[in-house]
Amino acid sequence: MSDVAPSNLNTSPRFDTMRFLTKYSTLLALLALVLFNVIFTNHFISIQTLNVNLTQVATIVIVGVGMTLVIATGGIDLSVGSLMAISGAIAPLIFLGTAVHIGEIHVAVAVGMVLAILVAGAFGWFNGWLITRFHIQPIIATLVLFIAGRGIAQVSTNGNLQPFKLGEFQWIGLGRWFGVPVQVVIMIALVALTAWILKRSLFGRQILAIGGNERAARLAGVPVANVKRWVYCISGLCSGIAGLVVIAINSSSDANLVGLGMELDAIAAVAVGGTLLSGGRATVTGTLIGALIIQLVRYTLLANGVPDDVAKLVKAALIIIAVWLQRHGRT
Amino acid sequence: MVSEAPQNNTPLLSMQNINKAFAGIPALSSASLEVAAGEVHALIGQNGAGKSTMIKILTGYVSRDSGEINFDGAAFEARSPHDAQAKGISTIYQEINLVPFRSITENICLGRESRRYGFLNWNAMHEEARGLMRRFNINIDVRKPLYEFNTATQQMVAIARAIGFKAKLFIMDEPTSSLDEREVNVLFDVIRQLKQSGISVIFVSHKLDELYQVCDRVTIMRDGRTVKVANIKSISKIELVASMLGRDVAQVAKSATAFGNRKGKIGETVLEAKSLSAGHMVQDVSFSVKSGEIVGFAGLLGAGRTETARLVFGADAMRSGTMSLDGQPLAPRHPIDAIAQGVGFSSEDRKLEGIIPDMSVAENLTLALMPQITKAGIVDEEKQRVIVEKFIARLGVKCSGPEQRIRELSGGNQQKVLLARWLAMNPKLVILDEPTRGIDVGAKAEIQSLIKELAEQGLGVLMISSELEEVIEGSDRVFVLREGRNVAEFAGKQISEAAVMAAMAHGNEDHATSGSAS
Repeated sequence: MSDVAPSNLNTSPRFDTMRFLTKYSTLLALLALVLFNVIFTNHFISIQTLNVNLTQVATIVIVGVGMTLVIATGGIDLSVGSLMAISGAIAPLIFLGTAVHIGEIHVAVAVGMVLAILVAGAFGWFNGWLITRFHIQPIIATLVLFIAGRGIAQVSTNGNLQPFKLGEFQWIGLGRWFGVPVQVVIMIALVALTAWILKRSLFGRQILAIGGNERAARLAGVPVANVKRWVYCISGLCSGIAGLVVIAINSSSDANLVGLGMELDAIAAVAVGGTLLSGGRATVTGTLIGALIIQLVRYTLLANGVPDDVAKLVKAALIIIAVWLQRHGRT
Repeated sequence: MVSEAPQNNTPLLSMQNINKAFAGIPALSSASLEVAAGEVHALIGQNGAGKSTMIKILTGYVSRDSGEINFDGAAFEARSPHDAQAKGISTIYQEINLVPFRSITENICLGRESRRYGFLNWNAMHEEARGLMRRFNINIDVRKPLYEFNTATQQMVAIARAIGFKAKLFIMDEPTSSLDEREVNVLFDVIRQLKQSGISVIFVSHKLDELYQVCDRVTIMRDGRTVKVANIKSISKIELVASMLGRDVAQVAKSATAFGNRKGKIGETVLEAKSLSAGHMVQDVSFSVKSGEIVGFAGLLGAGRTETARLVFGADAMRSGTMSLDGQPLAPRHPIDAIAQGVGFSSEDRKLEGIIPDMSVAENLTLALMPQITKAGIVDEEKQRVIVEKFIARLGVKCSGPEQRIRELSGGNQQKVLLARWLAMNPKLVILDEPTRGIDVGAKAEIQSLIKELAEQGLGVLMISSELEEVIEGSDRVFVLREGRNVAEFAGKQISEAAVMAAMAHGNEDHATSGSAS
């Protein structure tokens, strides 16, 4: 008679803990890291520490936002680092007057920035076109620009380093807005906007439907090719913005270095954040938290005297744990 | 019935009392198969009858739960397809698994290369390949890469390769599905040659005519059992079909579905399709659907029913033909075009092409409708909630709520959600491909009466079903498809199991009466 009730009582809390753990694992991990640092790392609680970490993580998150959408459709974008280099090469060509001369500096900077971001977006669109028009696997299609993109950036600058000191432009990497670094504001705005799009908009649902079951989505009238092209375009736009932030911080644009290895950082942030790598489930806030975890682990290890190489091992371990948790969460 | 023993007393292959269950669901129960030396043996059955499981057990893809297999006078056990091949059983697959960029010689000799002084002896290998191909009256340059040749030749290469492995038994799974008529004849010549040299063939095909051309005996499977073994010459096509479907030829159907008596009026023509063709599967199909009418597509596996339906929905590209919907030309290039004109399509494979497993019931239900309830890019969630709740109530979907993930629902409830996906669009025509496949009996009846209700409200329904009674009792008109052509049309009282089965077997209505003699 009382057989049913106790077994219910026994299973439901256990189920809930597991669910809770898989759902909030990334957030819990972040809190644990913060707590650890509060106790063991000197001078951790300071605005400066916060700003350093946020500034460093901003570009990864900005790129990660686009990457999250791409991965949500079941794809991947390896070209983001190279697109950052392209954007980083184009903007100075314009505002330094190398390519075209625009007298008024504010106009020159505005044109340079907008054009740089749009070109990166156009290349992203090209990725999506390759993938949807010729049915090329995303990893191969975006490998094309992963390789060629950096070459395009180098050719367009003749391989020259472009140094500059230009407040009108560098606010995007060095400026503050009510004490918050500008790129952090951009990051938060992008994360909030994208989270909202994923949750509320038709576009967001179509992305998730495609990632969840592309054939079913097509048969339900989802314009699969169009949605994918836009998603890769957005990934390109995000990379374009991130490229500008990086060159602004560096006070120079080096096509060899801008965005180098960014694709892996962004993918890692998405994975650790809990977005399903096979598509169909995505969380942009997760990507933000994922990037923060990776950044904070690195910071923690460095602040406590552990070399960067070891930090990479820890990063890898984090990815394994994240993927394991995802699998666990599915069954 | 068991036929007379083959000429030879001990058969080449004997599989007895084979049992196999997948996740507790039996796929084979006491199935058996015997093939004599030098015999071409047909193995036929509907989807899920167990013939492919039988072959997979024989070739070592899956292991049996129990049963006995004897081959070539000894107990036989294959650990893998490779092992089976080494022991004399070779399989020629539908999709030929050779290495396209290597030469014919390499494909034939791969895995048993002849060597001299540690190097490959190319001359000997080319000579062997040439010799094997010449047996089939094919004279080609064996040094050329395989991909340069047509499918038929590639298939010959696969057969030659198997002969090179000294195979005693060939398994050919739908070998003619991608061949044209001339190529089929070449293949049949080869099969006859194989037979003369004492090699046996298990021939799996859904094209009944072919069986009569090359096979000696036939084993018919249904629901995991061997239901009939017969000499092909002593069994008529209609008997073959009846055994596959589990019907007595003379039996009069009793009501077994929930379609019952139909009310409602049949109206104007909604869909008119003329001479559709596409690929190998759809040759020339014409049919029509009126509003308020349930039109059934009957036919054996591979008759082109699903393929035809997909053309109407724009899911596949059409080669030729014309369609109109409500008098307007219909030429969809993508499903989205057909949807815009008022067509819905529910696929036969719910998991693969129906549900988005990780999405909620609500999101799955409104997937097609969503653009219509979106303003400035934002989904109107209040409107969505109202619609979803209406359909959950109307169709009796059992779920914990609109937010439950659809993959947690039973098959029947998933199917209801998918039906609702189209009903919410207020379509003129819905295509239901195997609407009750893999659904338990209770839910099946519910879905059938739902389909009936929809038609009564004026919707045009095109229904494809492999369950004969579903088509016969549910349809106002039945089109029988056979090898990519519509071969018969029945309406109202003309629709009977005997008539439909005869058309499935022979291809036209006239044979229905003379079906048993052959």
